[in-house]
Amino acid sequence: MFTAIIARDIHLILRQGGGAGMSLGFVLTVIVMISIGIGPDHEMLSHIAPGIMWIALLLSVLLSADRIFRADYEDGSLELMGLGGLPLELVVLAKAVVHWLTSALPLSLTTPLLGIFLNLDPSLFLTLGLAMIAGSVTLSLMACVGGAVTVGLRRGGLVISILILPLYVPILVFGLSASVGSMVTDHVFNTSFLMLIAFALASVVLCPVVAAGILRAYFR
Amino acid sequence: MKLQAQTLACERDGRRLFHGLEFTLTGGEAMLVTGRNGAGKTSLLRIICGFIEPTCGRIRLHDSPEASSIGQLCHYVAHEDAIKSALTVRENITFWARFFGAGDVEAGLDAFDLGPLAACNTGLLSCGQKRKLTLSRLKLVNRAIWLLDEPATGLDATAQHRLCLHMTHHLAAGGIVIAASHTQLDAPFTVTLDMNDLSAGMT
Repeated sequence: MFTAIIARDIHLILRQGGGAGMSLGFVLTVIVMISIGIGPDHEMLSHIAPGIMWIALLLSVLLSADRIFRADYEDGSLELMGLGGLPLELVVLAKAVVHWLTSALPLSLTTPLLGIFLNLDPSLFLTLGLAMIAGSVTLSLMACVGGAVTVGLRRGGLVISILILPLYVPILVFGLSASVGSMVTDHVFNTSFLMLIAFALASVVLCPVVAAGILRAYFR
Repeated sequence: MKLQAQTLACERDGRRLFHGLEFTLTGGEAMLVTGRNGAGKTSLLRIICGFIEPTCGRIRLHDSPEASSIGQLCHYVAHEDAIKSALTVRENITFWARFFGAGDVEAGLDAFDLGPLAACNTGLLSCGQKRKLTLSRLKLVNRAIWLLDEPATGLDATAQHRLCLHMTHHLAAGGIVIAASHTQLDAPFTVTLDMNDLSAGMT
Protein backbone atom coordinates (compact mmCIF):
# COMPACT_ATOMS: atom_id res chain seq x y z
CA MET A 1 0.00 0.00 0.00
CA PHE A 2 2.84 2.32 0.97
CA THR A 3 4.75 1.54 -2.20
CA ALA A 4 1.56 1.79 -4.28
CA ILE A 5 1.28 5.48 -3.38
CA ILE A 6 4.95 6.13 -4.07
CA ALA A 7 4.84 4.34 -7.43
CA ARG A 8 1.68 6.12 -8.54
CA ASP A 9 2.87 9.59 -7.49
CA ILE A 10 6.23 9.25 -9.20
CA HIS A 11 4.39 7.98 -12.28
CA LEU A 12 2.07 11.02 -12.14
CA ILE A 13 4.95 13.45 -11.75
CA LEU A 14 6.84 11.88 -14.66
CA ARG A 15 3.74 12.11 -16.84
CA GLN A 16 2.57 15.54 -15.80
CA GLY A 17 5.91 17.23 -15.28
CA GLY A 18 6.59 19.66 -12.47
CA GLY A 19 9.12 17.45 -10.72
CA ALA A 20 12.83 17.88 -10.38
CA GLY A 21 13.23 19.67 -13.73
CA MET A 22 11.19 22.66 -12.67
CA SER A 23 12.90 22.98 -9.28
CA LEU A 24 16.32 22.70 -10.91
CA GLY A 25 15.42 25.41 -13.39
CA PHE A 26 14.38 27.60 -10.49
CA VAL A 27 17.63 27.06 -8.60
CA LEU A 28 19.63 27.74 -11.73
CA THR A 29 17.75 30.99 -12.30
CA VAL A 30 18.27 32.17 -8.72
CA ILE A 31 21.97 31.40 -8.84
CA VAL A 32 22.54 33.05 -12.20
CA MET A 33 20.57 36.12 -11.12
CA ILE A 34 22.61 36.45 -7.94
CA SER A 35 25.94 36.09 -9.69
CA ILE A 36 24.89 38.76 -12.18
CA GLY A 37 23.54 40.98 -9.41
CA ILE A 38 26.66 40.81 -7.26
CA GLY A 39 29.04 41.44 -10.13
CA PRO A 40 32.37 39.91 -11.06
CA ASP A 41 33.91 39.96 -7.59
CA HIS A 42 35.35 36.42 -7.38
CA GLU A 43 36.39 36.70 -3.75
CA MET A 44 32.98 37.87 -2.62
CA LEU A 45 31.08 35.28 -4.70
CA SER A 46 33.20 32.46 -3.41
CA HIS A 47 32.61 33.67 0.13
CA ILE A 48 28.81 33.82 -0.05
CA ALA A 49 28.35 30.83 -2.38
CA PRO A 50 27.42 28.18 0.25
CA GLY A 51 24.81 30.48 1.80
CA ILE A 52 23.27 31.27 -1.58
CA MET A 53 23.16 27.59 -2.49
CA TRP A 54 21.32 26.75 0.72
CA ILE A 55 18.79 29.54 0.30
CA ALA A 56 18.17 28.48 -3.31
CA LEU A 57 17.58 24.92 -2.08
CA LEU A 58 15.11 26.02 0.63
CA LEU A 59 13.13 28.17 -1.79
CA SER A 60 12.89 25.55 -4.50
CA VAL A 61 11.84 22.82 -2.06
CA LEU A 62 9.01 25.09 -0.92
CA LEU A 63 8.03 25.72 -4.53
CA SER A 64 6.57 22.23 -4.80
CA ALA A 65 5.21 22.01 -1.23
CA ASP A 66 1.85 23.38 -2.28
CA ARG A 67 1.30 20.43 -4.61
CA ILE A 68 2.07 17.61 -2.18
CA PHE A 69 -1.52 17.02 -1.06
CA ARG A 70 -3.52 19.48 -3.17
CA ALA A 71 -4.59 17.27 -6.09
CA ASP A 72 -5.37 14.26 -3.91
CA TYR A 73 -7.37 16.39 -1.51
CA GLU A 74 -9.43 18.06 -4.21
CA ASP A 75 -10.39 14.90 -6.08
CA GLY A 76 -11.24 12.99 -2.90
CA SER A 77 -8.36 10.49 -3.15
CA LEU A 78 -6.88 11.61 0.15
CA GLU A 79 -10.16 11.00 1.95
CA LEU A 80 -10.41 7.54 0.47
CA MET A 81 -6.82 6.84 1.52
CA GLY A 82 -7.88 7.87 5.04
CA LEU A 83 -10.31 4.94 5.04
CA GLY A 84 -7.75 2.48 3.72
CA GLY A 85 -5.83 -0.01 5.79
CA LEU A 86 -2.82 2.30 5.88
CA PRO A 87 -2.74 4.89 8.71
CA LEU A 88 -2.91 8.44 7.38
CA GLU A 89 0.48 9.09 8.98
CA LEU A 90 2.06 6.57 6.62
CA VAL A 91 0.18 8.03 3.66
CA VAL A 92 1.81 11.35 4.57
CA LEU A 93 5.20 9.67 4.89
CA ALA A 94 4.77 8.12 1.43
CA LYS A 95 3.99 11.57 0.05
CA ALA A 96 7.06 12.96 1.80
CA VAL A 97 9.22 10.22 0.28
CA VAL A 98 7.92 11.12 -3.19
CA HIS A 99 8.56 14.82 -2.61
CA TRP A 100 12.06 14.07 -1.37
CA LEU A 101 12.86 11.74 -4.29
CA THR A 102 11.50 14.06 -6.96
CA SER A 103 12.43 17.43 -5.58
CA ALA A 104 14.76 17.69 -2.60
CA LEU A 105 17.16 14.85 -3.43
CA PRO A 106 17.87 15.74 -7.08
CA LEU A 107 18.42 19.32 -5.98
CA SER A 108 20.82 18.33 -3.20
CA LEU A 109 22.78 16.27 -5.70
CA THR A 110 23.03 18.91 -8.39
CA THR A 111 23.07 22.19 -6.48
CA PRO A 112 26.71 21.89 -5.39
CA LEU A 113 27.66 21.46 -9.06
CA LEU A 114 25.81 24.66 -9.87
CA GLY A 115 28.17 26.29 -7.39
CA ILE A 116 30.59 26.67 -10.30
CA PHE A 117 28.52 29.71 -11.26
CA LEU A 118 29.32 31.24 -7.89
CA ASN A 119 33.02 30.37 -7.87
CA LEU A 120 32.41 27.84 -5.09
CA ASP A 121 35.58 26.35 -3.66
CA PRO A 122 35.75 22.85 -5.29
CA SER A 123 36.84 21.33 -1.97
CA LEU A 124 33.36 22.15 -0.64
CA PHE A 125 31.44 20.15 -3.27
CA LEU A 126 31.41 16.97 -1.22
CA THR A 127 30.56 18.45 2.19
CA LEU A 128 27.95 20.79 0.75
CA GLY A 129 26.34 17.91 -1.12
CA LEU A 130 26.30 15.61 1.91
CA ALA A 131 24.95 18.33 4.19
CA MET A 132 22.24 19.12 1.66
CA ILE A 133 21.19 15.48 1.36
CA ALA A 134 20.95 15.18 5.15
CA GLY A 135 19.13 18.50 5.49
CA SER A 136 16.76 17.92 2.59
CA VAL A 137 15.01 15.08 4.45
CA THR A 138 13.85 17.57 7.06
CA LEU A 139 13.01 20.12 4.38
CA SER A 140 10.68 17.68 2.58
CA LEU A 141 8.96 16.53 5.75
CA MET A 142 8.35 20.06 6.96
CA ALA A 143 7.10 20.99 3.51
CA CYS A 144 4.49 18.25 4.01
CA VAL A 145 3.27 19.96 7.16
CA GLY A 146 3.04 23.23 5.26
CA GLY A 147 1.26 21.51 2.38
CA ALA A 148 -1.24 19.99 4.81
CA VAL A 149 -1.98 23.32 6.50
CA THR A 150 -2.73 25.07 3.22
CA VAL A 151 -4.42 22.17 1.41
CA GLY A 152 -7.82 23.85 1.61
CA LEU A 153 -6.62 27.26 0.46
CA ARG A 154 -6.87 28.26 -3.18
CA ARG A 155 -3.57 30.09 -3.24
CA GLY A 156 -1.55 28.39 -0.56
CA GLY A 157 1.93 28.81 -2.05
CA LEU A 158 2.76 32.13 -0.46
CA VAL A 159 1.26 31.17 2.90
CA ILE A 160 3.45 28.07 3.00
CA SER A 161 6.57 30.18 2.46
CA ILE A 162 5.67 32.49 5.32
CA LEU A 163 4.76 29.58 7.61
CA ILE A 164 7.56 27.17 6.87
CA LEU A 165 10.60 29.30 5.94
CA PRO A 166 11.12 30.48 9.53
CA LEU A 167 11.10 26.82 10.62
CA TYR A 168 13.88 26.16 8.11
CA VAL A 169 16.25 28.52 9.96
CA PRO A 170 17.88 25.77 12.10
CA ILE A 171 18.48 23.70 8.97
CA LEU A 172 20.02 26.71 7.27
CA VAL A 173 22.28 27.48 10.24
CA PHE A 174 23.48 23.93 10.83
CA GLY A 175 23.57 23.16 7.12
CA LEU A 176 25.83 26.09 6.42
CA SER A 177 27.99 25.25 9.37
CA ALA A 178 28.24 21.63 8.21
CA SER A 179 29.09 22.72 4.66
CA VAL A 180 31.90 25.12 5.50
CA GLY A 181 32.85 23.81 8.92
CA SER A 182 34.83 20.99 7.41
CA MET A 183 37.38 23.57 6.27
CA VAL A 184 38.05 24.30 9.92
CA THR A 185 37.79 20.87 11.51
CA ASP A 186 39.03 18.86 8.54
CA HIS A 187 36.35 16.32 9.31
CA VAL A 188 33.28 15.74 7.09
CA PHE A 189 31.02 14.41 9.80
CA ASN A 190 31.31 17.27 12.25
CA THR A 191 28.83 18.21 14.98
CA SER A 192 26.68 20.32 12.67
CA PHE A 193 26.34 17.45 10.23
CA LEU A 194 25.26 15.16 13.02
CA MET A 195 22.72 17.78 14.09
CA LEU A 196 21.27 17.75 10.56
CA ILE A 197 20.87 13.99 10.79
CA ALA A 198 19.25 14.36 14.22
CA PHE A 199 16.76 16.86 12.75
CA ALA A 200 16.03 14.47 9.90
CA LEU A 201 15.32 11.55 12.23
CA ALA A 202 13.15 13.64 14.52
CA SER A 203 11.10 14.99 11.64
CA VAL A 204 10.57 11.51 10.16
CA VAL A 205 8.74 10.70 13.38
CA LEU A 206 7.03 14.00 14.13
CA CYS A 207 6.07 15.60 10.82
CA PRO A 208 3.83 12.76 9.50
CA VAL A 209 1.90 12.77 12.78
CA VAL A 210 1.40 16.54 12.66
CA ALA A 211 0.46 16.61 8.97
CA ALA A 212 -1.96 13.69 9.35
CA GLY A 213 -3.64 15.43 12.27
CA ILE A 214 -4.10 18.56 10.18
CA LEU A 215 -5.50 16.58 7.24
CA ARG A 216 -8.01 14.81 9.51
CA ALA A 217 -9.22 18.23 10.64
CA TYR A 218 -9.80 19.10 6.98
CA PHE A 219 -11.93 15.98 6.46
CA ARG A 220 -14.49 17.31 8.93
CA MET B 1 -22.90 -7.83 12.15
CA LYS B 2 -25.13 -5.04 13.45
CA LEU B 3 -24.69 -1.31 12.85
CA GLN B 4 -26.54 0.84 15.32
CA ALA B 5 -26.97 4.61 15.60
CA GLN B 6 -28.13 5.98 18.92
CA THR B 7 -29.65 9.47 19.42
CA LEU B 8 -27.34 10.85 16.76
CA ALA B 9 -27.20 14.62 16.37
CA CYS B 10 -25.13 16.73 14.04
CA GLU B 11 -24.34 20.42 14.01
CA ARG B 12 -22.37 22.11 11.26
CA ASP B 13 -21.12 25.66 11.80
CA GLY B 14 -23.63 26.14 14.61
CA ARG B 15 -26.53 25.04 12.38
CA ARG B 16 -28.33 21.99 13.62
CA LEU B 17 -28.84 19.48 10.82
CA PHE B 18 -30.60 16.66 12.63
CA HIS B 19 -31.04 15.22 16.09
CA GLY B 20 -32.44 12.12 17.68
CA LEU B 21 -31.51 9.99 14.68
CA GLU B 22 -31.73 6.27 15.37
CA PHE B 23 -31.43 3.21 13.21
CA THR B 24 -30.31 -0.37 13.46
CA LEU B 25 -29.11 -2.33 10.46
CA THR B 26 -28.04 -5.94 10.47
CA GLY B 27 -26.09 -7.74 7.78
CA GLY B 28 -28.12 -8.05 4.60
CA GLU B 29 -30.14 -4.89 5.19
CA ALA B 30 -30.06 -1.73 3.11
CA MET B 31 -31.14 1.77 4.07
CA LEU B 32 -32.15 4.53 1.70
CA VAL B 33 -31.54 8.02 3.07
CA THR B 34 -33.71 10.70 1.52
CA GLY B 35 -34.31 14.35 2.26
CA ARG B 36 -34.06 17.82 0.78
CA ASN B 37 -30.71 19.42 -0.06
CA GLY B 38 -28.80 20.30 3.09
CA ALA B 39 -30.81 17.97 5.31
CA GLY B 40 -27.63 16.24 6.44
CA LYS B 41 -27.48 13.13 4.25
CA THR B 42 -23.80 13.51 3.43
CA SER B 43 -23.01 14.49 7.02
CA LEU B 44 -24.68 11.31 8.24
CA LEU B 45 -22.56 9.17 5.91
CA ARG B 46 -19.41 11.00 6.98
CA ILE B 47 -20.30 10.47 10.64
CA ILE B 48 -20.69 6.74 10.01
CA CYS B 49 -17.27 6.40 8.41
CA GLY B 50 -15.71 8.54 11.12
CA PHE B 51 -14.72 11.74 9.31
CA ILE B 52 -17.07 13.86 11.42
CA GLU B 53 -17.69 13.55 15.15
CA PRO B 54 -21.42 13.63 15.91
CA THR B 55 -22.47 16.43 18.25
CA CYS B 56 -24.14 13.85 20.40
CA GLY B 57 -25.01 10.17 20.24
CA ARG B 58 -22.86 7.49 18.70
CA ILE B 59 -22.49 4.80 16.12
CA ARG B 60 -21.84 1.31 17.35
CA LEU B 61 -20.95 -1.87 15.61
CA HIS B 62 -21.86 -5.19 17.18
CA ASP B 63 -20.49 -8.60 16.23
CA SER B 64 -18.07 -7.12 13.71
CA PRO B 65 -16.06 -9.66 11.72
CA GLU B 66 -12.79 -8.19 12.97
CA ALA B 67 -11.98 -5.78 15.75
CA SER B 68 -11.27 -2.55 13.92
CA SER B 69 -12.80 0.89 13.59
CA ILE B 70 -16.04 1.27 11.65
CA GLY B 71 -14.21 3.32 9.03
CA GLN B 72 -12.03 0.33 8.20
CA LEU B 73 -15.14 -1.68 7.34
CA CYS B 74 -16.68 1.05 5.19
CA HIS B 75 -16.28 1.93 1.58
CA TYR B 76 -17.46 5.47 1.10
CA VAL B 77 -18.40 6.65 -2.39
CA ALA B 78 -18.32 10.43 -2.13
CA HIS B 79 -19.26 13.19 -4.56
CA GLU B 80 -15.64 13.48 -5.60
CA ASP B 81 -14.48 10.84 -8.03
CA ALA B 82 -10.91 10.30 -6.71
CA ILE B 83 -9.76 9.75 -10.29
CA LYS B 84 -6.44 10.96 -11.67
CA SER B 85 -7.06 12.36 -15.13
CA ALA B 86 -3.44 11.82 -16.18
CA LEU B 87 -3.76 8.06 -15.73
CA THR B 88 -5.68 5.56 -17.82
CA VAL B 89 -8.75 3.71 -16.57
CA ARG B 90 -6.70 0.58 -15.92
CA GLU B 91 -3.95 2.49 -14.09
CA ASN B 92 -6.52 4.16 -11.84
CA ILE B 93 -8.10 0.85 -10.95
CA THR B 94 -4.72 -0.84 -10.51
CA PHE B 95 -3.58 1.82 -8.07
CA TRP B 96 -6.64 1.47 -5.85
CA ALA B 97 -6.46 -2.31 -6.10
CA ARG B 98 -2.89 -2.15 -4.82
CA PHE B 99 -3.71 0.46 -2.22
CA PHE B 100 -6.57 -1.52 -0.72
CA GLY B 101 -4.50 -4.66 -1.02
CA ALA B 102 -5.03 -7.64 -3.30
CA GLY B 103 -7.97 -6.22 -5.24
CA ASP B 104 -8.87 -7.93 -8.50
CA VAL B 105 -8.27 -5.42 -11.31
CA GLU B 106 -10.20 -7.44 -13.92
CA ALA B 107 -13.21 -7.77 -11.61
CA GLY B 108 -13.09 -4.00 -11.13
CA LEU B 109 -13.04 -3.41 -14.88
CA ASP B 110 -15.87 -5.87 -15.44
CA ALA B 111 -18.07 -4.44 -12.68
CA PHE B 112 -19.39 -1.72 -14.99
CA ASP B 113 -18.10 -3.00 -18.35
CA LEU B 114 -15.16 -0.63 -18.42
CA GLY B 115 -13.01 -3.24 -20.21
CA PRO B 116 -13.18 -1.55 -23.63
CA LEU B 117 -12.12 1.76 -22.04
CA ALA B 118 -9.22 0.27 -20.05
CA ALA B 119 -6.50 1.99 -22.09
CA CYS B 120 -8.38 5.30 -22.27
CA ASN B 121 -7.12 8.39 -20.52
CA THR B 122 -9.59 9.19 -17.74
CA GLY B 123 -9.40 12.87 -18.62
CA LEU B 124 -11.45 12.03 -21.73
CA LEU B 125 -14.21 10.14 -19.91
CA SER B 126 -17.73 11.49 -19.62
CA CYS B 127 -19.28 12.27 -16.25
CA GLY B 128 -21.21 9.00 -16.18
CA GLN B 129 -18.15 6.96 -17.19
CA LYS B 130 -16.15 8.56 -14.37
CA ARG B 131 -18.94 7.66 -11.99
CA LYS B 132 -18.76 4.05 -13.19
CA LEU B 133 -15.03 4.05 -12.57
CA THR B 134 -15.61 5.39 -9.06
CA LEU B 135 -18.26 2.78 -8.36
CA SER B 136 -16.11 -0.02 -9.75
CA ARG B 137 -13.94 0.40 -6.65
CA LEU B 138 -16.76 -1.23 -4.69
CA LYS B 139 -15.73 -4.48 -6.36
CA LEU B 140 -12.03 -3.91 -5.60
CA VAL B 141 -12.45 -3.37 -1.89
CA ASN B 142 -13.97 -6.11 0.11
CA ARG B 143 -15.71 -3.97 2.70
CA ALA B 144 -18.83 -4.97 4.64
CA ILE B 145 -20.49 -1.56 4.75
CA TRP B 146 -21.14 0.44 1.58
CA LEU B 147 -21.83 4.13 2.04
CA LEU B 148 -23.08 5.57 -1.22
CA ASP B 149 -23.59 9.30 -1.62
CA GLU B 150 -25.73 9.96 -4.69
CA PRO B 151 -24.31 6.89 -6.45
CA ALA B 152 -26.57 7.12 -9.50
CA THR B 153 -25.62 10.66 -10.56
CA GLY B 154 -24.92 10.66 -14.28
CA LEU B 155 -25.46 6.92 -14.72
CA ASP B 156 -27.56 5.63 -17.62
CA ALA B 157 -30.36 3.11 -17.07
CA THR B 158 -28.16 0.08 -17.76
CA ALA B 159 -25.48 1.23 -15.33
CA GLN B 160 -28.09 2.04 -12.66
CA HIS B 161 -29.45 -1.44 -13.07
CA ARG B 162 -25.92 -2.83 -12.76
CA LEU B 163 -25.36 -0.85 -9.58
CA CYS B 164 -28.58 -2.19 -8.05
CA LEU B 165 -27.51 -5.70 -9.05
CA HIS B 166 -24.16 -5.23 -7.27
CA MET B 167 -25.99 -3.93 -4.22
CA THR B 168 -28.29 -6.94 -4.20
CA HIS B 169 -25.30 -9.28 -4.41
CA HIS B 170 -23.58 -7.43 -1.60
CA LEU B 171 -26.67 -7.69 0.60
CA ALA B 172 -27.05 -11.38 -0.18
CA ALA B 173 -23.48 -11.86 1.03
CA GLY B 174 -24.43 -10.32 4.37
CA GLY B 175 -23.22 -6.77 3.74
CA ILE B 176 -24.84 -3.48 4.68
CA VAL B 177 -25.68 -0.72 2.20
CA ILE B 178 -26.55 2.85 3.15
CA ALA B 179 -27.34 5.02 0.17
CA ALA B 180 -28.27 8.69 0.07
CA SER B 181 -30.16 9.40 -3.10
CA HIS B 182 -32.75 11.67 -4.64
CA THR B 183 -33.57 9.25 -7.40
CA GLN B 184 -35.37 6.05 -6.60
CA LEU B 185 -32.89 3.20 -6.78
CA ASP B 186 -34.20 -0.19 -7.69
CA ALA B 187 -32.34 -2.06 -4.94
CA PRO B 188 -34.15 -3.97 -2.17
CA PHE B 189 -34.03 -1.33 0.56
CA THR B 190 -35.41 -2.58 3.86
CA VAL B 191 -35.46 0.80 5.61
CA THR B 192 -36.03 4.33 4.39
CA LEU B 193 -34.78 7.18 6.50
CA ASP B 194 -36.37 10.53 5.71
CA MET B 195 -34.06 13.26 6.97
CA ASN B 196 -36.78 15.89 6.49
CA ASP B 197 -38.70 14.43 9.44
CA LEU B 198 -35.68 14.75 11.70
CA SER B 199 -34.83 18.29 10.82
CA ALA B 200 -38.33 19.68 10.29
CA GLY B 201 -39.00 22.87 12.17
CA MET B 202 -35.37 23.39 13.09
CA THR B 203 -32.96 25.98 11.83
